[in-house]
Amino acid sequence: MKKWQCVVCGWIYDEEKGWPEDGIAPGTAWDDVPDDWVCPDCGVGKEDFEMIEIG
Amino acid sequence: MRERAPVVIIGTGLSGYSLAREFRKLDKETPLLMITADDGHSYSKPMLSTGFTKGKLADELVQSDAGAMAEQLGIQVRTYTTVTALDTDRHEIAIGDERLRYSKLVLAWGADVIRLNLEGEGLEHVYSINDLMDYRAFRQALEGRRRVAIMGAGLIGCEFANDLVNGGYEVDMIAPCTTALPGLLPDAAGDAIVQGLRDIGVRFHFETAVSRVDREGDGVRLVLDNGETVDADLVISAVGLRPRTELAKAAGLTVQKGIVVNRALETSAPDVYALGDCAEVDGYVLLYVLPLMASSRALAKTLAGTRTEVSYGTMPVVIKTPCCPTAVCPPPLSAQGQWEIEGEGLDIRALFRDSSSQVIGFALTGKYALEKQQLSKEVPPLHS
Repeated sequence: MKKWQCVVCGWIYDEEKGWPEDGIAPGTAWDDVPDDWVCPDCGVGKEDFEMIEIG
Repeated sequence: MRERAPVVIIGTGLSGYSLAREFRKLDKETPLLMITADDGHSYSKPMLSTGFTKGKLADELVQSDAGAMAEQLGIQVRTYTTVTALDTDRHEIAIGDERLRYSKLVLAWGADVIRLNLEGEGLEHVYSINDLMDYRAFRQALEGRRRVAIMGAGLIGCEFANDLVNGGYEVDMIAPCTTALPGLLPDAAGDAIVQGLRDIGVRFHFETAVSRVDREGDGVRLVLDNGETVDADLVISAVGLRPRTELAKAAGLTVQKGIVVNRALETSAPDVYALGDCAEVDGYVLLYVLPLMASSRALAKTLAGTRTEVSYGTMPVVIKTPCCPTAVCPPPLSAQGQWEIEGEGLDIRALFRDSSSQVIGFALTGKYALEKQQLSKEVPPLHS
């Protein structure tokens, strides 16, 4: 399971936890997050996220 | 042989660094020089108003320093360097006596805070916050203090009010309007935010303004136009931003509210572009994250050799007031139609419909804020 960080605001998408508030179940891989999903904190799209080291 | 002049970006805020990052995805060779008047830290601007809520100090909002950005992106960053003039005929910029040639120039130097003309001896307690260095100074001044007065009830004022309450501070807000965010939200939605902030303890002083800031003990006493006084330790001035245009104007570029650019981000001078908070793109001055990210992606392609126009989509703005979560998608400029408002208290759903009943804007507060994404799909993009 990987984590992806929004380059704009630093918000982290954790594949393990998903993001149930937007209907993304725990365990959802980044590739399976819908393309029109946006960062809950700042509203940018998936293309503005980068993978980060698990830590 | 003369060395190839670099692409020069003035400004290392979100616009400048986003553009550099996008450009390097397309072109790893062309020399890129960034110039900034400050320390060049890359940080998350939208998070400045959430420091307490997220438990972060100013320095914890830094993502990378200028050196790390330079290394990571293969660019050069000159910090604490103030550009003093542009000479677009010669493709040069001036830094004091120094002249520097560019192949292409990008103005991404942001906006200035509007400062009120105030009287009194307590003005050194008044802070404006529009970048990380401002925020760092404010957080330092806040140590050991308790009461903050905020001038202005716009987006920044309301976000800071909520964040300061979350940090344990007492907050007074003073604004000439009758409710929060009057420029951005219909009154019912503004009222919801006011109620949310009141519920957590913020005191509002509407329909008046600060006329004097006098010293009072270690802090200040604000004298308002309506005769009231407000005692505080620190004051935040959050009365608005104005795109920074002076140098561009002096160089003969077309300037209106911002530096005028078309959808390809081209100014009126060849090889000079502008984006972010200083730019007026196709008539729009939008001081938000989504427009500048879209602009930086388009401009990166143009700089890499493929002229590309930015296409603004549907760009909702989230107002970070956890006491009353809010999202707004303002209707386009000069749109005809009216607000249709339902809900009450903290929960307002306001839809702006045009004459054919199409939703072309919205404001959602409280429990309705969750409908942001769904509604964003219904609203046509700004550029279709």
